[in-house]
Amino acid sequence: MRKLLCIALIVLLSACASQTTQPDIDDLSSGAGNESGLSGSDLMGSDSGRPSYFSQLNDPNSILSQRSIFYDFDSYTVKSEYRELVLSHARFLRDNPAASVILQGNTDDRGSREYNLALGQRRADSVKNMMILSGAQDVQIESVSLGEEKPRAMGYDESTWSQNRRTDILYRGE
Amino acid sequence: MRGLLFLLLWLINSSLHAQLNIEIFGGGASRIPITIVPFAEENRLQQNITPVISADLQRTGLFRLIDPAGSSPHSPAEVAYADWANRGVNALVIGRVTHLSGDHVEIQFRVMDIAKKSQLTGLAITVPTTQLRAAAHRIADVIYEALTGDVGVFSTRIAYVLKRGNKYALQVADADGYNAQSIIEYTEPIISPAWSPDGNQLAYVSFENKKPVVYVQTLSTRERRAVANFKGSNSAPAWSPDGKKLAVVLTGQGGSQIFLVNTDGSGLQRLSRSSGIDTEPSFSPDGRYIIFTSDRGGSPQIYRMPVTAAESGNAERLTFEGGYNVSPDYSHDSKSFTFIHRNNNQFNVAVQEIGSRQIEILTNSKFDESPSFAPNGKMILYATEINGHGILSAVSRDGQTRQQLSVQTGDIREPAWGPLPKWK
Repeated sequence: MRKLLCIALIVLLSACASQTTQPDIDDLSSGAGNESGLSGSDLMGSDSGRPSYFSQLNDPNSILSQRSIFYDFDSYTVKSEYRELVLSHARFLRDNPAASVILQGNTDDRGSREYNLALGQRRADSVKNMMILSGAQDVQIESVSLGEEKPRAMGYDESTWSQNRRTDILYRGE
Repeated sequence: MRGLLFLLLWLINSSLHAQLNIEIFGGGASRIPITIVPFAEENRLQQNITPVISADLQRTGLFRLIDPAGSSPHSPAEVAYADWANRGVNALVIGRVTHLSGDHVEIQFRVMDIAKKSQLTGLAITVPTTQLRAAAHRIADVIYEALTGDVGVFSTRIAYVLKRGNKYALQVADADGYNAQSIIEYTEPIISPAWSPDGNQLAYVSFENKKPVVYVQTLSTRERRAVANFKGSNSAPAWSPDGKKLAVVLTGQGGSQIFLVNTDGSGLQRLSRSSGIDTEPSFSPDGRYIIFTSDRGGSPQIYRMPVTAAESGNAERLTFEGGYNVSPDYSHDSKSFTFIHRNNNQFNVAVQEIGSRQIEILTNSKFDESPSFAPNGKMILYATEINGHGILSAVSRDGQTRQQLSVQTGDIREPAWGPLPKWK
């Protein structure tokens, strides 16, 4: 039964992928991903105690330094403007199998705390699914929800709420 | 000394605040006109009794309190029925406090029927002076029951989460918000307290282990255990009416789905099956159904499913008005449920009749959360926001009377109204 569910999930996910993320996956095979992998090995040893890839992650000129995906109210759809961000991290994970991330889903503080906990999970899960479809391994990614419990911004207006509706990408060991 | 004075002022200030913030809307033609005469000798007590009774009755929205205007009968012989009838009073509450030895008092009171010129009910209660508020709530229950024929809920308790600075406290208080006590305190969030049907235990969700885990805690001993601590997130506990099981929401098998688990953590059984979010279960009083929030139709709406596993695929959608309906709580007569309805960017307390699907929006605030029926179905407790702070509020079932109950500083959220005490 469990197996059947898994298969159903994979079918579902690939159905989604075929509609939305196909072009980006094609981009991956064009070599952009390999380049980022190479630059990672070039920097090997530059920072003694930590894995070499951290310097690349923190390069302010790299899209990898961007770690947050923002959403519309009650939505878990990754908007097109954040797709490249998610796929860049997915490629990075694919090329650095030792790297792993925690995805933390968050919501604004309106409505139901329990529904928001579930919505935050769905936000983090949808980013995880995109990353796996783009070559990252399941074991590299843990998705969790903080719901509305850990707001980054405090206030009662749209600019506050929009900052709190997000998924954060946290690299382990960073 | 200075500190003491400050504390005293604060106490006076907060108790005044609590008495003054009852808002009444509408003409109230159907409200029962009642006068509560301050009891003889009650001003010698540290805690006056009749103001507590008055506030209890007024909060229900079923009574219109008429000032005694200087008259102060304390025994039936002193009641001038014609005068009270002329002032439109239907029921008159009179009484007397007698100080006994050893810090006890006896409170005698009578409810007089002005039209019939006779006593409707009366009682004498002996209590220690530390229990004066509890005695006042019991008296309010007796008055309420004599005049409405319905069970009173003034002796019940409520639970909620208080956030102060970076501390989260799960608190239990009297139904009017007084006598608050912390059950646990943590620096990580606590959400979703739920009363066991016997009122002895609370289930809740704590993030203390860096992820949501469902605990059950016994109030008298403070002893607690994790009942749902599976892989992923564990949340939204709801007790079955027989107190033997909890419905919980788990993410361990993908999505957020509703499961049943025994209160000792054994016997996990999946109930809901959707590809989306199913959460916030609430049992029907007979235990046969669960209503819950699901986004399976594209937006969060309230659904109902039978609890027996074989039938759980057959969830029936209950809400159709608006694009965001969450946090359902079944009424104790099974006929309706209260929930949060989003309307014009406001999040309000609403009630829907299950049969007719008719919905009534009871509040007009902006950010209401977590509505919970009183055990008699006549009031709803909820959290709302004023000036950037979460506060407790109660609204009468007809929406015509609202009262803020918060008497503390800090953010109050996630209220849950407890069951009737055992002696009811």
